[in-house]
Amino acid sequence: MSDERPLPTPDPGTAPYWEGTRRHELRLPRCEDCGQVHFYPRTVCPHCGSARLAWIEACGRGSVYSFTVVHRPPSPAFKARVPYVVAIVALEEGPHLMTNIAGCTPEEVRIGMPVEVAWEDVDPVATLPYFVPRSLA
Amino acid sequence: MKSTAAIAGIGESRLGLVPDRSALQLQSDAARAALLDAGLKLSDIDGLITTPVRVANWGMPCGVVASHLGVRPSYLSTLDLAGASGAAMIHHAAMAVASGQCTTVLCVAGQNLLSNKSRSTAIQAMAESGGTHAQFEVPYGPLIPSLYALIAQRHMHEYGTTAQQMAQVAVTMRKHASLNPNAHMRDPLTVETVMSSRMITSPLKLLDCALVSDGAAAAIVTTPERARALRKPPVHLLGQGYGLSHSHVGEYRNLTRSGAVDSGRAAFASARLTPADIDVAELYDCFTITVIVELEDLGFCPKGEGGRFVADGHIGLSGSLPTTTHGGLLSAGHPGLGGGFFHVLEAVRQLRAEAGERQVSGAKVALAHGNGGAIAIHCTLILGAADTVTNGAQA
Repeated sequence: MSDERPLPTPDPGTAPYWEGTRRHELRLPRCEDCGQVHFYPRTVCPHCGSARLAWIEACGRGSVYSFTVVHRPPSPAFKARVPYVVAIVALEEGPHLMTNIAGCTPEEVRIGMPVEVAWEDVDPVATLPYFVPRSLA
Repeated sequence: MKSTAAIAGIGESRLGLVPDRSALQLQSDAARAALLDAGLKLSDIDGLITTPVRVANWGMPCGVVASHLGVRPSYLSTLDLAGASGAAMIHHAAMAVASGQCTTVLCVAGQNLLSNKSRSTAIQAMAESGGTHAQFEVPYGPLIPSLYALIAQRHMHEYGTTAQQMAQVAVTMRKHASLNPNAHMRDPLTVETVMSSRMITSPLKLLDCALVSDGAAAAIVTTPERARALRKPPVHLLGQGYGLSHSHVGEYRNLTRSGAVDSGRAAFASARLTPADIDVAELYDCFTITVIVELEDLGFCPKGEGGRFVADGHIGLSGSLPTTTHGGLLSAGHPGLGGGFFHVLEAVRQLRAEAGERQVSGAKVALAHGNGGAIAIHCTLILGAADTVTNGAQA
């Protein structure tokens, strides 16, 4: 455990997602047999079991499914950020993902609030998607 | 009713802040107490089940614990269903005994989670491992409590559950812990105290969250026939079930419905009982919202009514469903994977009428429930007092 912000370490199953974020593209795996989109990435489609998966680019819009305002940081790396919003966003394509909400105060975040993806280029390797209220986007 | 196996002995170490005992010493304390309770010796033990610990990497925990205790098992296993491990150890021991592989299984778990490192280090280690996805969640900075806060926020949104109702869970657990001499925290709480405690990750406040404790628990599982010949009245395993809804909360699309729906249904079906038959429910209480969701999903109240069920006083000792009567993870103590095992031990005490001031009068059938991950993996046990079963009886 270090004091630095924990960043994703891509693996062979997730590398296309993180290559996408570097290009500011939000990619999701889509099943070429049943057509359903899923996330987090799987080796086989969780809906039909097919291994014929391809990456699509999501539209980047969604709504807040749930959220929490973190006041006590999990590690020193997040100390300067509190209070910050950890949220689950329901993407228009269906899947949910965990993210941060910025671009508004924590008090303004509501379940159901329309949001759109934004990008934080943390370092030359890692870009993290986060979400902002859609009215600001 | 039919018994598949019996719990013949239980034991706990000191629970709370126990800086003078290592993880192995705590487990040894609990194991020796369970043997004494059953009237057995270590040489009678031919099976051992334990869980991993967070304070050390033991490589093969079951081998390390068995070797430390001098047990020569014909069956051994390290089980990890996160917080559901305690309940699941009993069922796995029952299967090992029923298969004939062994006769007498020691299940033991616990560690010095509080004293080994600082509380902050323990919280960071938990936040960056296990329940939180290393790539898709950890970079956004959730605590483990944040995962449950997301569930609580959604539950409040869908069903109108309130922070006061959640606080009432914490107050009830503390009341129960005040009657448990081994509990970590015993000073009374009020709803106002919980509501004014420090906000950790909204809507969860400090007193909505489980403790971090030192401690270990142990139980001995054997055949119903053999248990009847031992020192204490046997407590029988009548049924069990498992449920898994997701691995990570971020991707789960129905956060307020937990795998307890499936584990509960399976447990009641295997025991041929219903929620109305349960005299005492030892529900996993890592956070106050957890108890509310479990009450609903196990069928003790309609979906969405858990908050009101709690506020109406049903889960107290004089309520219709005395719940987590030892004080649970919120007040009795939470030493990691062993934490949920204390719920099983409390069910045994209640069914033997050994729970002292917190005894639920006439308790014959108990439910013990474990939950692991972020309300992800569940194991439900239904346990019966000595006189509830008919199979294999001597008389």
